[in-house]
Amino acid sequence: MDFRLDEDIEFLKSNIRKFVEEEVEKVAMQIEKEDRVPERIIQLSKEMGLFGLSIPEEYGGLGIGMVGKCALYEELGKTHNGFTTLIGAHTGIGTVGIVEMGNDEQKEKYLPAMAAGEKIGAFALTEPAAGSNASNLKTTAAKKGDKYILNGTKHYITNATEADVFTVMAVTDPSKGAKGITSFIVEKGFPGFHLGAVEEKMGLKGSHSAELIFEDCEVPEENVLGELGKGYVNALKILANGRAGLAARNLGSCQKLLDMSLAYVEDRVQFGVPIIEHQAVAHMVAEMAVEIEALRSFTYRVAWMVEEGKKVIKEAAMLKLYGSEVYNRVADKALQVHGGLGYISDYPIERFYRDARITRIYEGTSEIQKNIIAGQLRKEYNQ
Amino acid sequence: MNIYVIMKRTFDTEEKIVIENGQISDEGVEFIINPYDEYAIEEAIRLRDDNGGEVTVVSIGDEEVEKELRTALAMGADKAVLINNEDIEDSDQFTTASLLAAYFEDKEYDLILGGNVSNDNSTGQVGPRLAEQLDIPYVTTITKFELDGEKVTIERDVEGDVEVIETSLPLLVTAQQGLNDPRYPSLPGIMKAKKKPLEEIDYDDLDIDEDEIEAKTETVEIFLPPKKEAGKILEGELDEQVQELVKLLRQEAKVI
Ligand SMILES: Cc1cc2nc3c(=O)[nH]c(=O)nc-3n(C[C@H](O)[C@H](O)[C@H](O)COP(=O)(O)OP(=O)(O)OC[C@H]3O[C@@H](n4cnc5c(N)ncnc54)[C@H](O)[C@@H]3O)c2cc1C
Repeated sequence: MDFRLDEDIEFLKSNIRKFVEEEVEKVAMQIEKEDRVPERIIQLSKEMGLFGLSIPEEYGGLGIGMVGKCALYEELGKTHNGFTTLIGAHTGIGTVGIVEMGNDEQKEKYLPAMAAGEKIGAFALTEPAAGSNASNLKTTAAKKGDKYILNGTKHYITNATEADVFTVMAVTDPSKGAKGITSFIVEKGFPGFHLGAVEEKMGLKGSHSAELIFEDCEVPEENVLGELGKGYVNALKILANGRAGLAARNLGSCQKLLDMSLAYVEDRVQFGVPIIEHQAVAHMVAEMAVEIEALRSFTYRVAWMVEEGKKVIKEAAMLKLYGSEVYNRVADKALQVHGGLGYISDYPIERFYRDARITRIYEGTSEIQKNIIAGQLRKEYNQ
Repeated sequence: MNIYVIMKRTFDTEEKIVIENGQISDEGVEFIINPYDEYAIEEAIRLRDDNGGEVTVVSIGDEEVEKELRTALAMGADKAVLINNEDIEDSDQFTTASLLAAYFEDKEYDLILGGNVSNDNSTGQVGPRLAEQLDIPYVTTITKFELDGEKVTIERDVEGDVEVIETSLPLLVTAQQGLNDPRYPSLPGIMKAKKKPLEEIDYDDLDIDEDEIEAKTETVEIFLPPKKEAGKILEGELDEQVQELVKLLRQEAKVI
């Protein structure tokens, strides 16, 4: 067993670290206040090729495996989560569908522009009546000539305001339930496509989630992604693929919180000693560190399994659950050891605390992950 | 156009300096391309993109420098050269300039760029010394470089003022902050940099004798600047405070 990262990946990582420290961290407070990632950061991210993180080399992307991707996501996770989500939703759920299920024409048409960041990607599954119960979709896609006509509403779609290309799940055969769902590549310029309300959120400032409204939206037949009737399975695969990456981003945020906490507890003096000399404080820091180390091992193990082509339904769900829960516990402890300062908005701790909260909800809630894990365990037991 | 950049690997600007056994310790230290050299690399790449030709980045050091050379290749340089000086015991700016001069002896160059100073020793000597040894003109602390055929127009920073200089190639210049905004290497660029040539030369391979390049300076002692002490706040009536201040400036600070 070898726990070292490839030299190339280390090198990519150190370059992302430099970019994050010199550029993104400097504007983190600005992103938070303005709810917008500055154009300069977007431009630099494009030039660096961050938008092509998960796209194969032949389509202008970076072409690295899941372990490498996780290492880079870990670095990105150390900075403003809104920025990271903008990149992550594009490189994760926003492009993975086309990479994994797209045919050659679709890949050639969309991926190079997406790798360059000229076209931003998003993933649209959730609807008002289909959250955790994601197969209960009401959006329909009816065949008409060589087109599909989409009608319905999606909500909470990350990157909706920025995106040009959406992976959309819609019902093509209402009589077949989950097996009657198909995925489509929908461009924002297609007739009948409308952007609805943009949500105000608790956190993830700079990343925007909004409603999509399809009103007799015309989607050419060649934009069916993967097979007819496989849309729900596709969605689950896209989400499963994204889970290691999401955990790696959470891991980076946790590490950042630990680093900030260590610096603070060594520096802050109460009762005549640095507060880390109060055992209750020291123990919080120790607990944070242990969970982070466990999350790190778990993240890279699942990433390795993905690279090996192993089935990871159970492990990916475990990792999504664990990574999100650890992030929330670490954020809570980081806030606690910072005392009042942790609650003050001029300081980044409370931002991480708010941003951590969404990780237990999106891309499948913690409860849903437990359902998946238990389901898989039963399946294994009864086999 | 044949463009060369001389580059040094230095401590990250953020690093704390620790002295151990009279030497600066590099344990656990992050290294970077000297920031001034980064401006030089960026300028070289832009000039190449506008005028054609090739950018070669040359550095002196041990194998560790490969990382910084690869970063320069990832930014867009075409070739990298590492002159290994591990076996040279006694080296200073004279040694470095002499090694570089020996390297450049049989090269054809139109322009050599370097940093104005390195962020560690900050002597600003290597560029000018090299130009002297190669017998070519040089301009230091440049903030703007314009090439029009053979004619070169340069703006340089002179203690906050701008001096405009006209000169011609071949030429050596050293970069000052403000020359440009260096790019971040792109991630695909980093992967491609692996395939670009990185030549390693041992200093023995250069036509040079170790005695000839022996350091001209000697380091007598290395020490950190004294710790800043807490300030003193004077109290009492204003004229008493003034008297006290003058007394302290005379007797304690010994500045008047
Ligand atoms: C900021 C943000 C970004 C998002 N981005 C996207 C996106 O890009 N694309 C997209 O398609 N969606 C996106 N979503 C939607 C997100 O995935 C859903 O909100 C999430 O899956 C939960 O669905 P819901 O909100 O309808 O909650 P509900 O499903 O109504 O859940 C409410 C509660 O009931 C629990 N619950 C429900 N069913 C069960 C069960 N069977 N067993 C146990 N507990 C259960 C849930 O765990 C939860 O605690 C985003 C949401 C947010 C807030």
